[in-house]
Amino acid sequence: MNPILEVRHLSISFLQYESGFRRRMLTVIRDLSLTVLPGEIVAVVGSSGSGKSLLAHGILGLLPYNASMQGSILYDGTPLDPARAARLRGKEISLVPQGVNYLDPLMTVGAQLRKGERGAEIKKRCREVLARYGLKEETQSLYPFELSGGMARRVLISSAVLQSPRLILADEPTPGLDAQSAGRILGHFREMAKGGAGVLFITHDLDLALTVSNRVVVLYAGETVEEASASDFASGKLRHPYTQALWKALPCGEFTAVSGAQPYPGEIEQGCLFAPRCPHCRAQCTSGEIPYHPAGNGWVRCLLSPQEEE
Amino acid sequence: MRHRLQFAGKKLLRMILLLLGVSLAAFLLMNASPLDPLQTNIGQAALGSMSQEQIEVLEAYWGKNTPPAERYLQWLGSALRGDFGDSLLYRRPVLQIIGERLGGSLWLMVSAWILSGVLGFLLGAAAGWTRGKWPDRLIRGYCLLISSTPVFWLAILLLLVFAVWLGILPIGLSVPIGADAASVTLADRLAHAILPALTLSVTGVANIALHTREKMIDVLESDYVLFARARGESKSSILLRHGLRNMALPAITLQFGSISEIIGGSVIAEQVFSYPGLGQAAVSAGLGSDMPLLLGITVVTAALVFGGNFIADLLYGVIDPRIRRRAAHK
Repeated sequence: MNPILEVRHLSISFLQYESGFRRRMLTVIRDLSLTVLPGEIVAVVGSSGSGKSLLAHGILGLLPYNASMQGSILYDGTPLDPARAARLRGKEISLVPQGVNYLDPLMTVGAQLRKGERGAEIKKRCREVLARYGLKEETQSLYPFELSGGMARRVLISSAVLQSPRLILADEPTPGLDAQSAGRILGHFREMAKGGAGVLFITHDLDLALTVSNRVVVLYAGETVEEASASDFASGKLRHPYTQALWKALPCGEFTAVSGAQPYPGEIEQGCLFAPRCPHCRAQCTSGEIPYHPAGNGWVRCLLSPQEEE
Repeated sequence: MRHRLQFAGKKLLRMILLLLGVSLAAFLLMNASPLDPLQTNIGQAALGSMSQEQIEVLEAYWGKNTPPAERYLQWLGSALRGDFGDSLLYRRPVLQIIGERLGGSLWLMVSAWILSGVLGFLLGAAAGWTRGKWPDRLIRGYCLLISSTPVFWLAILLLLVFAVWLGILPIGLSVPIGADAASVTLADRLAHAILPALTLSVTGVANIALHTREKMIDVLESDYVLFARARGESKSSILLRHGLRNMALPAITLQFGSISEIIGGSVIAEQVFSYPGLGQAAVSAGLGSDMPLLLGITVVTAALVFGGNFIADLLYGVIDPRIRRRAAHK
């Protein structure tokens, strides 16, 4: 099966003004690669500040004016340049954003869903989609401030599926929801994947990612450190020390945390970004580029071979 | 309905307190003024040739012998009954003079108010939309230049260019000099009002445009515009559906808030162009120690400014569903 989305060696940097007129490029996402197959949910997991949202904005061609992007993004086998992204977004590619502030505060839900289109056709479709997520007809005449947190999220999902997209970018669609509501929301994503769409599920919550996704891509300080199938976690086949640390920190793991914090962009110039916190760090880890290479049925960015680890 | 009445009632009470405060402040300032009404209005030479009795009559007329508290309370007492007294300079009822002068000023101020509002909004929106590109730089440069230019200087500059060098517009006053009142045409009046109105508009534009630009940038960087773009909405749809809607609230605040600036500016512009409007009357009342006229003008303009802000408050409820629906739920 051909991937619906392929991201290769993607880097996103910002032009930042330091004191005075000195400028510098701040690389927020570095050498990120991933693929999403149709009918598959791929989770991108990383703690906040690892550049997750920018990934979604970059794919959509919606980066801020002072950002620049290197590497390549392929959608359905062909490069996704900004012009093509502009044509496809809202039609074949949908974004499910984080929360209610992504809705225009002064416009009713219905008017926003319809995007200015008129006619019985669109009205009917809105009604159907809202009903699918358990929202009543009256929801359409509400303003965003009148929605509860769960309702707002269902409205945002409705807006994404209104056009039957082939690729869905879900950017932290469940924060602040209890496990039951989050599970319900994630169920909707699973349905969409069953319908043949590829879903890129961006989250900081590994636990949640594991319950819903087929594969997990782990980001650390804006860099992909590992790509593993969801089953690799429980079966102890993880390749990167950071992923192992994430897994151990979960209640279903050992429930222990690794000390230290993720570095800021630009803080570590070369070598492995995780080196200062890594229990297996060696001399060659702190210099040069660490290659991202296939390992088993996944990928890893680490010099440590699995045998050594044992 | 009940909350509307409550809202209006609160506002009315606030307005009464404001007008009281404003009139008292104006009175105290005037009272503290070092100008001697007799010296300024009659002149040293004339006073010298008068008898003591005549001077005493004049002092009584200008209220020099009455204690300030008594004078203010007297004024307040009759003002509450709707009688704003007679102007000391013009020897006619204050309200009559204000009515006349306001008639001259009002359409000057209204046209400047509308022009600066519309132009400021359009320029600001255009600058925010093209942020960083040449239209933005041009508009911003213009606004900063105008904001740092004093109104009177700009008025003199316009006077110099259009009335002196080009000679296409009259140099001052509201009607041709020496013309019979009956023979003055509407075209004459228009021609005389162009320069003062232009002065007021040009200065008003800068402030409104700069604020609108900031708001436009805020809106364009907002999460909801990002999401609208992610959903494939076109640029024009984003501007018309989200941009204008979300900029309407600050625009209304600015537009109605600028009434005070227009009135303040008209005082200066009318002085430069010798335009016989309310602003000029305020200046002569202030300099001539004409207490009843000055207090009358102060109260009327304060009420106008307050009225403008009140209308803005009412319009918020029409535009912003958060205000409208919350109020309805109560």
